[in-house]
Amino acid sequence: MLSRRLERGSTSVALAFAVFLTFMTVVTVYIFWAKVWWFPPAISDFGHEIDAQFARTFLITGVVFVAAQLGLAYAIFKFRDHGQKAAYFEGNNTMEIIWTLATIVLFVGLGLYARNAWAEVHFMGAAPGALQIEVTGQQFVWNFRYAGPDGKFGREKPELVSASTGNPVGLDPTDPASKDDIVSPVIVVPAGREVELIIRSQDVTHSFYVRELRLKQDAVPGMEIHMHFTATVPGDYEIACAELCGLGHYRMHSMLTVMPEADFEKWEKDQEAANQ
Amino acid sequence: MVTHENGGGHGHHQPPSGFIRKWVFSIDHKVIGIQYLLLALFSVFVGMALSLLMRLHLAWPTAKFAIFHGGQMTPEQYLALMTMHGTIMVFMVLTTAPQSGFGNYFLPIQIGAADMAFPVLNMLSFWTTFVSLVVMICAFLVPGGAPIGGWTSYPPLSALGEIVGPGQGGGETLWIVGLAIFCGASLMGALNFITTLIDLRAKGMTLGRLPLTCWTWFVTAILGLLAFGVLLAACILLLLDRLAGTSFFIPGGLVVTDQVITWHKGGSPLLWQHLFWFFGHPEVYIAILPGMGVASHLLSTFSRKPVFGYRAMVGAICGIGFLGFCVWGHHMFISGMSPYSAFAFSILTMTIGVPSAIKTFNWLGTLWGGKITFNCAMLFALGFVSLFVSGGLSGLFLAQPALDLYLHDGYFVVAHFHLIMGVAAIFGMFAGLYFWFPKMFGRFLNEGVGKVHFWLTFIGVYAIFMPMHFLGLAGNPRRYSEMTAGPFLQQLQPVHVFITYAAFITIGAQLIFLANFLWSVFAGKEAKEENPWHATTLEWSIPSPPPFDNFGGVEPVVYHGPYEFSVPGAADDYIPQHLAPNLVRKA
Repeated sequence: MLSRRLERGSTSVALAFAVFLTFMTVVTVYIFWAKVWWFPPAISDFGHEIDAQFARTFLITGVVFVAAQLGLAYAIFKFRDHGQKAAYFEGNNTMEIIWTLATIVLFVGLGLYARNAWAEVHFMGAAPGALQIEVTGQQFVWNFRYAGPDGKFGREKPELVSASTGNPVGLDPTDPASKDDIVSPVIVVPAGREVELIIRSQDVTHSFYVRELRLKQDAVPGMEIHMHFTATVPGDYEIACAELCGLGHYRMHSMLTVMPEADFEKWEKDQEAANQ
Repeated sequence: MVTHENGGGHGHHQPPSGFIRKWVFSIDHKVIGIQYLLLALFSVFVGMALSLLMRLHLAWPTAKFAIFHGGQMTPEQYLALMTMHGTIMVFMVLTTAPQSGFGNYFLPIQIGAADMAFPVLNMLSFWTTFVSLVVMICAFLVPGGAPIGGWTSYPPLSALGEIVGPGQGGGETLWIVGLAIFCGASLMGALNFITTLIDLRAKGMTLGRLPLTCWTWFVTAILGLLAFGVLLAACILLLLDRLAGTSFFIPGGLVVTDQVITWHKGGSPLLWQHLFWFFGHPEVYIAILPGMGVASHLLSTFSRKPVFGYRAMVGAICGIGFLGFCVWGHHMFISGMSPYSAFAFSILTMTIGVPSAIKTFNWLGTLWGGKITFNCAMLFALGFVSLFVSGGLSGLFLAQPALDLYLHDGYFVVAHFHLIMGVAAIFGMFAGLYFWFPKMFGRFLNEGVGKVHFWLTFIGVYAIFMPMHFLGLAGNPRRYSEMTAGPFLQQLQPVHVFITYAAFITIGAQLIFLANFLWSVFAGKEAKEENPWHATTLEWSIPSPPPFDNFGGVEPVVYHGPYEFSVPGAADDYIPQHLAPNLVRKA
């Protein structure tokens, strides 16, 4: 009796299921396609490359997503129990081989394709002459250090770190090279010039994240991690912390300002003057 | 198989009398299975309550709640809720229910055994799990409260103590101790499952006739045995760093709020990440593989068709299990790990999409040409397939280090793992529960109420987790207690409000389920037949609920594969595994 009642209900349930899957698929694809919520525009060549790889991945996964969800919807409706007899087959080796090979080619191929973008930032170092900036994370602020006119970072000592007295990175005043170092709570870079970041942390793990650069890198205590980029579009961009670092994680926020080379030089001079 | 009078798993031991031996310290795998399920049921409601509080705070950060001192939730309280939500859900729900719960109850029966291989060890592993849950929940009660380091508990945040944040003192210590105890319990369980499946199969139950559920429980147990040992070691090292002054994970020269840490040097924060994710990635498959087994089983049963490509399915289960150990590095693309190894991990991770795709194709192939019945068990199994596809495909973005640079530690990741490891796995559990409930309790869950539960849950989880992908694309980092720090996050607030409404409805639907569960255990429609679903596997050949030794002293003999539905020439559209060939009625 139970089974007969279920049979009668099966058309409406199958239809509801198929309609919901179709609706969910269309809405999801639309929101992706229309870019209702999307990345902010990229400000580096690397960023554009990432966007292109994202588009390729989106295309392939999108096709698989639509095919699988709609295929499921179709099967659910088409093969609902309406009194027919089920077919009998236990599989199909040719089809298994075809879709195994097809997914290997698609998925692994996609992974290999993504290699170039990854290699660009991570296999190759910054070119000589890149502007070096040291990035230090600490609960819950970022500090950025420039080497100053001498082009040399001065010595730092953990025991000299004192955020309250204005020495957040622990500069050692007895080292002449540290005299002209600029320490700033925001990062300012010249447009079009390569920047090399030296990322570190004083206490726990943080992560330096700028959406427009399409870059994120953990700041790991005990390590100095190098990362490089060339920003081309002047403007102000938000820096967020992306690795849980304690109760103030959500407000560990700073700004990246990209300015034309001339403006940057002026900014650097002003900072040096303030340093004297 | 030989008949023993006193051999551990397959002897016909007498049912215990007395409440304590029968229901509390029971050595009956069926009672232990139900104990695990009840532990998971309790935990899932705790975990959901925590997530509801988190969602309310994310949508309305200034709202006041009576349960918080001062009314408003502090950032550290949010992070404590988040840490405990993740921990309780991953360990106490996703690890216990699909494997230790259903697996304990049905693995011995489906292979024709009277009990697990080591019944006393089985009891011990449940009660050890229980102790671990109690220890973890105690973290809420100590001064400073529960830990705030997330379920991944990265050092140095988790290693330096109270100095780096409230909850990182006693709460974090209890968390680690609780987790270490849980590792011990899981190791005992895994050993038991593996031995049982290898040694206690009934006559005729060859590997090629194992139900796919048993294959997934078997592979999951192997993953557990290899993974939890590593996590146990990691937990012990972390405890030593905290309590004994060692420095496995803590480098020298740290300064926390202007205080120099002089007593630690030489450790590596990345070491913890490697150990944790060497466990953590297989853990994803520990959570989801049993769900795959249940889905395959039910899709076949309720479309009255053999599983499409049984051997390919077994191959895919083993392939996923093996590859699961080769991909942990994709959790560490931005950690500072070598970029060359990142590339290797990336390609291996993309490869894991292949067995996953094989399974999806085969599920569709199983439905194709079938005669599908839509009861609640089947609806959840079909929902599982849809969610598995949705949650799995986003993995192809995250597996590419170049794209992960943007998406890592953001809401895209939250959407991905909740869909595939959380929601899909839970759909597998619901499917299993609606299916096996009559066998376990002798009564059906109410189908009408169950359908309401299914639809609200299915629509609800998509409404919660699909928008999180878009938050991730917009760059929203995870583990933020509020989205107020910068302009771009403030713009995303309406999406967070929408998700909170969806979460509210979905969690409400689980109360409907809870009522159905409690009502049906005591007053549901009686399951008079042994085999109400016309299913094929051995649990449907014995009374509901089964007697103490499962098969009443009779050794079952297996003659058929697990999924012989609609076989041409047979009168019925199913041939039970235990039915002797001469008893199969001809058409």
